[in-house]
Amino acid sequence: MAFFVEVLVGGLLAGVMYSLVALGFVLIFKASGVFNFAQGAMVLAAATTYAGLVDRGWSGWAAFLAALGVMILFALATERFVLRPLVNQPQISLFMATIGLTFVLEGLSQAVWGSVVRGLDLGIPDTPLEVKGVLISKFDLVASATAGGLVVILALFFQKTRVGRALRAVADDHQAALSVGIPLERIWAVVWAAAGAVALVTGLLWGSRLGVQFALTQIALKALPVIILGGFTSIAGAIVGGLMVGASEKVAEVYLGPIIGGGIENWFPYLLALLFLLVRPDGLFGEKRIERV
Amino acid sequence: MQGTVPGPVLLQVRGASLSFGGVHALRDVDFHVHEGEICAIIGPNGAGKSSLLNVINGVYAPDAGTIAYAGETRRAMRPHRAAEQGIARTFQNIALFKGMSVLDNVMAGRALKMRRGVLWQALYWGPAEREELEHRARVEKIIDFLQIEHVRRTPVGRLPYGLQKRVELARALAAEPRLLLLDEPMAGMNIEEKQDMCRFILDANDELGVTVVLIEHDMAVVMDIADRIVVLDYGRKIADGPPAEVRANREVIAAYLGVPTAADDRALKEAS
Amino acid sequence: MIYREAGQFRISYAADQRIFPISQDRVGMMLILAAAFIAVPLFASEYVLSALLIPMLVLALAALGLNILTGYAGQFSLGTAAFMSVGAFAAYNLQLRLPWLPLLVTFALAGLISAGVGLVFGLPSLRIKGFYLAVATLAAQFFVDWLFTKVGWFSNYSSSGVITAQRMVIGGVAFETPVRRYLLVLAIVSLLALLAKNLARSRTGRSWMAVRDMDVAAEVIGIPILTTKLLAFAVSSFYCGVAGALWAFAYLGTVEPQAFDLQRSLQILFMVIIGGLGTVMGAFLGAAFITLFPLVLNWLFHAVVRGDVRAGLLSQLELVCFGALIILFLIAEPHGFARLWQIGKEKLRLWPFPH
Repeated sequence: MAFFVEVLVGGLLAGVMYSLVALGFVLIFKASGVFNFAQGAMVLAAATTYAGLVDRGWSGWAAFLAALGVMILFALATERFVLRPLVNQPQISLFMATIGLTFVLEGLSQAVWGSVVRGLDLGIPDTPLEVKGVLISKFDLVASATAGGLVVILALFFQKTRVGRALRAVADDHQAALSVGIPLERIWAVVWAAAGAVALVTGLLWGSRLGVQFALTQIALKALPVIILGGFTSIAGAIVGGLMVGASEKVAEVYLGPIIGGGIENWFPYLLALLFLLVRPDGLFGEKRIERV
Repeated sequence: MQGTVPGPVLLQVRGASLSFGGVHALRDVDFHVHEGEICAIIGPNGAGKSSLLNVINGVYAPDAGTIAYAGETRRAMRPHRAAEQGIARTFQNIALFKGMSVLDNVMAGRALKMRRGVLWQALYWGPAEREELEHRARVEKIIDFLQIEHVRRTPVGRLPYGLQKRVELARALAAEPRLLLLDEPMAGMNIEEKQDMCRFILDANDELGVTVVLIEHDMAVVMDIADRIVVLDYGRKIADGPPAEVRANREVIAAYLGVPTAADDRALKEAS
Repeated sequence: MIYREAGQFRISYAADQRIFPISQDRVGMMLILAAAFIAVPLFASEYVLSALLIPMLVLALAALGLNILTGYAGQFSLGTAAFMSVGAFAAYNLQLRLPWLPLLVTFALAGLISAGVGLVFGLPSLRIKGFYLAVATLAAQFFVDWLFTKVGWFSNYSSSGVITAQRMVIGGVAFETPVRRYLLVLAIVSLLALLAKNLARSRTGRSWMAVRDMDVAAEVIGIPILTTKLLAFAVSSFYCGVAGALWAFAYLGTVEPQAFDLQRSLQILFMVIIGGLGTVMGAFLGAAFITLFPLVLNWLFHAVVRGDVRAGLLSQLELVCFGALIILFLIAEPHGFARLWQIGKEKLRLWPFPH
């Protein structure tokens, strides 16, 4: 029993890490209606920049600020050269544009910093903590706390502030938002920069766990089932979805894995999401789409 | 056709009720259409007119009531079944396939009539080609009828609004329907276009024998072409009869123009 | 002026419904086919055949499959490579366990098996749309990936993980030289392209496009949404399956899951976007572009940069350029090369006159 709890807890905490990536997705979708396939690549780019600079001898904080700067620049460039020309195009076009962005980011970060795998040391000890006979990783706890903190900040931002309201309007209808006078460009730049910051934090946490490498982008893809379960527009949903995916994935791997063969975690979350979609096509917390004839 | 004896009842809706959350779109509406008739449904905005059409051809299932059509009585119509049994429809907001040409859109209207399987179509030879050409010939007659030959290869999304409405009508007629439901077919048209549209509807009714139910706001049009008018207000039917009768109905006037006060009565008396 | 239609009257519906109603187009197509079937094998080098034309044709076939699903029927799919993988492994296993089956029948059966799998993964499309569907197709991608890697039966329990595809023999004639492989692939792809074009201009194609544009309206005019969507998945997966089998047998020579990963799915998606969604020609134009582009880039790079460069830098820059190109196309010409081609033809009608 204790073993099960341990696996479960481990899964939940891993799930929080997924939520972090999902948060970036949700942010952008909520605010611009764009499904940002490049979120994973953003995580990679941010983490690589940080790790690369630290490798060159920069201090942790300086590297962090520099990486943040890069992500902000990226956000501005994306807004100017990708989002603005594609305003009011169908969502599918924007989605494919983000696939293009993925390639650009992946190629650039590897071209500039090389494809060497780097370790990341954030100074957070990975020693296990023992709570009632269950081993929990301190690192996972810190990650959860960070994610939790980010969620609270972002949720408050969207619900309470004027900018947050404007963002929700923009996500709904670009044209209408423009005609009401909402400064689309500035808002998008802000949101993508915020997503970039989230990506950086995510990249640091994931990077210190797995090392900064190309595989980080694959992990980001795991966030897709998270947002399916949680709904594309819900910040709380990203957390809940992440927990569900993390927990179910670990439990499935440990208990089903030996029967079917290892490596289930590669596709199990997707299957789960798929089954879920059949029951609730708009996700757990997502908004129901109404088609009027 | 006005003045002729109405044919047998083609469609009978009894006690239809439909609500969305707290909004009652239809309240216990009885509605029927005779074969060969042109029946107009009028009423203020939000009266439930489109909802009634949606219930008839199965886009919505009513919460209560029955629909009797083509010898079958049922609780709710399914869109595919409605199409199979000869009900065709146009929509208020134009439900054309914007990525396809006019010709393709109208040909799509013949989907139910085309039988040849996928494999034959892939070969496009022999039976499949013959079928395709046969239906093309029929569709061309309708394109001719509605005078849209000059735009047949144009993608529908690029056409002006008035022409799009005509294409939608063409697609509906292509199915050779028994019952044609038209949802505001003349919205946004100028007088000339409306006259054309009226002519098309009358011709369809006359020559093709199609029974027509249309929702329309233009009173002149309605009074002109309808055999019978049904008035809805807040989801309820408040009048049902020939144009002259409905025009004089006090409840109808009240719904459209408001309840006349004593001052209005005096003013009217003075004016007459 | 060369492209004038003046004087060409189509006096029957049959003439109007032709794939190439304008005679210049027909002549052009004849020339292209003649060049492809006769001139190329005679004059092209083995390198061009094996490394350029064969992969280009096979990828065009897969792009055709994806175009049917996403371009015509509007069902977004990121799992194209998974269906190719199914086709490849199916063909391999069929040849292995039923070696008496003629090769072409094997390919057709592999396609059918892939179509079956496509049907299964297409079932969710009845409830799910848009991005959600895209993510559901990713499920197919990862699952198939895992299945063929983990379950040894598919790779005949090969210990090295690399399986050699069997030789291609039709009616006693071995298809091993580049020329023969090229002609085989060309024949299969041309035939399937014709079938696809025919489907696109008949009731099925119209039903697909109707479901893509507005499925509620399609339902109302009597188009069965269920069977239409499933048919799109089935036909599309058939094409991808055959493409996968050809990729393994006629190009790579090996059957491996890594050849059919997410990158491959994205690559084919790009071909379809750049080439033009919803057109048969677009698949070919896109495939040609994506195959030739790395070469052009390579040549440009080496012309500009002297000296040694870090290994892998070129492929990374290629990645960046691809991404930038996608974005550029989406902004400038979302309908891809096919549309540019059409615009070009329209200008040709008037040239050299301005209007």
